Parts: sequence; C-alpha cells; structure tokens
Amino acid sequence: MKPHETSAGAPLGLRDVAVRYSGADRDAVAGVDLDVPAGALVVLLGPSGCGKSTLLRTVNRLVVPYRGAIEVDGHDVTASDPQTLRRGIGYVIQAVGLFPHLTVAQNVAIVPQLLSWTPEAIAARVDELLDLVRLEPARYRSRLPRELSGGEQQRVGVARALAARPRVLLMDEPFGAVDAIVRTSLQDETLRLHRALGTTILFVTHDVDEALRLADRIVVMKDGRIEQDGTPLHVLAKPATTYVETLLDAKDAVRRLSLLCARDALRNASRPVDGAPPVPASETLRAVLSRLLEGADAVAVVDDGRVIGSLSFAEIRAALVANER
Amino acid sequence: MDLLIHVRDHLLLAGAALAAALAVAVPIGAALARAGLARSAWLSAIGTARVIPSLAVLALMLPLIGIGFAPAFVALTLLAIPPIAINTDLGLRGVPAAMREAARGLGMSERQIRMRVDWPLALPVVFSGVRIATVEVIASASLAGFIGGGGLGEYIINALAANQMGQLLEGAGSVAVLALLADAILGAIERRLAFTETKPAWART
Repeated sequence: MKPHETSAGAPLGLRDVAVRYSGADRDAVAGVDLDVPAGALVVLLGPSGCGKSTLLRTVNRLVVPYRGAIEVDGHDVTASDPQTLRRGIGYVIQAVGLFPHLTVAQNVAIVPQLLSWTPEAIAARVDELLDLVRLEPARYRSRLPRELSGGEQQRVGVARALAARPRVLLMDEPFGAVDAIVRTSLQDETLRLHRALGTTILFVTHDVDEALRLADRIVVMKDGRIEQDGTPLHVLAKPATTYVETLLDAKDAVRRLSLLCARDALRNASRPVDGAPPVPASETLRAVLSRLLEGADAVAVVDDGRVIGSLSFAEIRAALVANER
Repeated sequence: MDLLIHVRDHLLLAGAALAAALAVAVPIGAALARAGLARSAWLSAIGTARVIPSLAVLALMLPLIGIGFAPAFVALTLLAIPPIAINTDLGLRGVPAAMREAARGLGMSERQIRMRVDWPLALPVVFSGVRIATVEVIASASLAGFIGGGGLGEYIINALAANQMGQLLEGAGSVAVLALLADAILGAIERRLAFTETKPAWART
C-alpha cells in the first residue's frame, strides 16, 4: 500500500434523524441516533422497508430529513453545498450504478474530474485504484461495463467510490446482485480495503451473514427505528428483542462459534495434549469444532509458533456459555 | 447531368428540412420528457398530426406560403418533427432512475447529470428517430415537385408529362436508392453510438 493511500476515516454523528417521504403516512426513519466512530465499519441490517437505506442516504443528502442533525467529521452536512459534500463521500450501490456509455477508466475518473484534477493525476489515480481493487489496469482500463462480470463491475464501483480518497464510504447493498461465491470474495476485499485505508464505512444490507462477516458493529433496524446496536457477537448472544433474535437466528450456536476464535476460548483451556493437531489462535471456534468432529479429542492452539493451550468440546461449550452471560 | 442536379436539389431540400426539424424537435422532446401530466396530451396531439398525409400538408401550404422551395421546406420540416421529438422523449425517459441517482451521489449537478448521463444514454434512441425522419423526408420530398419545390419529384413529373418511361424509372429509382442508402448509413452510425463516446486523452490506452 502506498503511504498516501492511507486517509484516516472521519466520524459520523446522527441526532434524532427523521425522514418522511411525501404521501407516506408514517416516518421512513423515525428519530434515529447513531454514532459511527472514525474508521469503524458499521452495518445497518434489516428487511426491505425498514429505513436502513433511507438513513444511509441522509448522510450524503440524497435524502433530506425533516428533523434532526447529521455531522460528518464534526461538520453539519447542511452547512456545505450538497455536490461538494457528495464528492467527499464515497458511494457504492448495486451494479446498475456504473455508467454503461463510459469505460472503466472514465467511470472511475468521474469524481476526480468533477474536482478538476489534472489529466495526468487522474490517469495515475485510475491505474492506482484499479490495482487497489485487483483489476489489472492495462486489461480493464478501456473496457465497457457490459464487458465485465458482475463481480468485476462491483470492484469498479468500489474503485470509483474511493477515487477522491474519501474519509467516509457509504455502501448500499453493494453485493446484492452477485452470486454467493463472488459475494464472499467481495466481502473479503471490503475488509481488506477497510483495514488498509482506515476509511469509515457505513454499509447497508439485508443479508445477516454478510452483516456478521463485515461489521465491527451491527445496527438492527425495524420500522425506521434502531432495534439494537452492538458488536456482532453481542447482538447474537444477547438479542434485545424477539425481532432481533428471529432476524439473526440468534439461537443458532454454530453461527456464534464462527464469530469467536480459538484464543477467546483459551481462558478455560486445559493443558496441552500430546499429539493434538495444531490450529492457529485466530481460527474460528466453528473451524475448531469441525476439527474435533473429524475425530481429534483436542486441538493444540498455536500462536507465533508456540503452543499456548488446547481445546476440546468442553472448552468450546464453556466459551459459548461465557458469551451468553 | 440533369438527373444529378435534381438529386442535389432533392438532398438540399431534405437536408434543410431535417436540420430545421432537429433544431425544433429535440427541445420539444426534452420538454416532453419533463412535462409530467401534460405529456400524454401532447404525445397524442403529435400522433394525430402524423396521420395527415404529406400531400395534404403540401396542399395546405400553398395558400399560406405559395409555391416553390419554401412551402416544400416547411411541410417536410413539419413531417420530420414528430419522430425526432417522440424519440427524444423516449430516450430521455429511458435513462434508469438508479443511474441518475448514482450520478447525484457522486456529486454531479443537475446540469452535469443532463450533459454526462441523460443525453449520452438517450442519444442512440434520439438518433433512431432522426433516421426514421430522414427516410420519411427523402421519400416525401418527391411530392415537392407538385408545388414547384424542385428535386427528383420535378424530374419524375416532367417524365410523366413527356411520357418518358426511362426517365421516370431513373427518377423513382433514385429516390428509392437515396432512402435506402440514408437508412443503411444512419443505421450503421446508430449501432456504433450505442453506449460509446469519444474518449478523452486520459482514458486512452
């Protein structure tokens, strides 16, 4: 990663935000408070019509609330001109968002062009961004969107959103139109980019697994309100309402195991067992459980080449119980 | 040589009428696309106007403008306006709402969205209207001969009067060839237009 890629994220603050569409008899967003710390990846989760996408779009003023305040990096979004605001905030939507009459390079270059960068700076930035999203510039630069696969289009969409080094990235169901395998790899890419760039990301999805995979924090929404706001593990272990419990299928213990890692279970660890197969400390408990079901009595947890403990069924169950408390 | 002069006059008349129609019809189409409720009323009015035969329009021009190039030019312009206006409306309204929303989200102004998204995406459809209008105008320009507008119509009428079958076929055949040629050339351009654009320097490989 080149050093100037790193543009630390900016915090977001939403206070009592309420939106009502004209002609509707109830609020699409009904007084929401939300704080997103700088550099966090927060996922808004809920079924369609719960207001998650509307809430996201208040941040770049595509939707204007009738009440409440929204701050990006401490500045009220109504204070600046909406076009200037939007050029500073990355925005990714489903694949339809790419302009079909423009090449990949032209699509990616839109915001730098709006910001009147020099042609040389734009050309260099386009190649840099295509590298960043792992599309070989020489091969992809002059292709049209229709010549790309769904996954490739979505990478271009992400590159376009990151073009002007925004400190906040809004992603609205970005991977809804691609198949499951591609979606998983795009999620990995999102996590990689998030770690590398430190951009604050607000991500909207109705896909529970996607939310659990990506989120530092999950905000579950229903009828324009926040139902629960917490870490994935917290929301799964202690669903605040039956709605959250049903939506996340929180009773599924295996689902929770995929959010815990071997290291988390070690506080209950027994002494190392001779001949136990090694697993890295960062491995999920779900994978550890799978190893145990394959026949091992215990696994040896390895960190930095050193065995730091062992795990068997008992420790895994204990870790789940501890997580519920 | 006489035939070539008539072909030239024919094309001049058709070209002038098309240029004038383009200047009038594209703004009309753009206004229609934004018109909301009044739109369907206007579209049916345009549709009704199209039913009036070209020859009747030419005849109606006579008492108003007299004979010669001018009435033929006005009549052909009126003929070419509906297909271009309707396709402009169609093309602009065919731009997906999600595309405009994406453009807005990237920070484009309304003007930038119109110039960089709406018009380029509508262009192939608009151009298809121009192609239809061109073929209609080239064919109908033959009728200008009846009101002294010149062109291949005059050539054909002279042949009829002199009972010159060969000359008649030359003239009629020329009109057909011109119409087919225009359709083929404009059709080829139309296919190339679909979602391509001249590339600025930074986008070239």
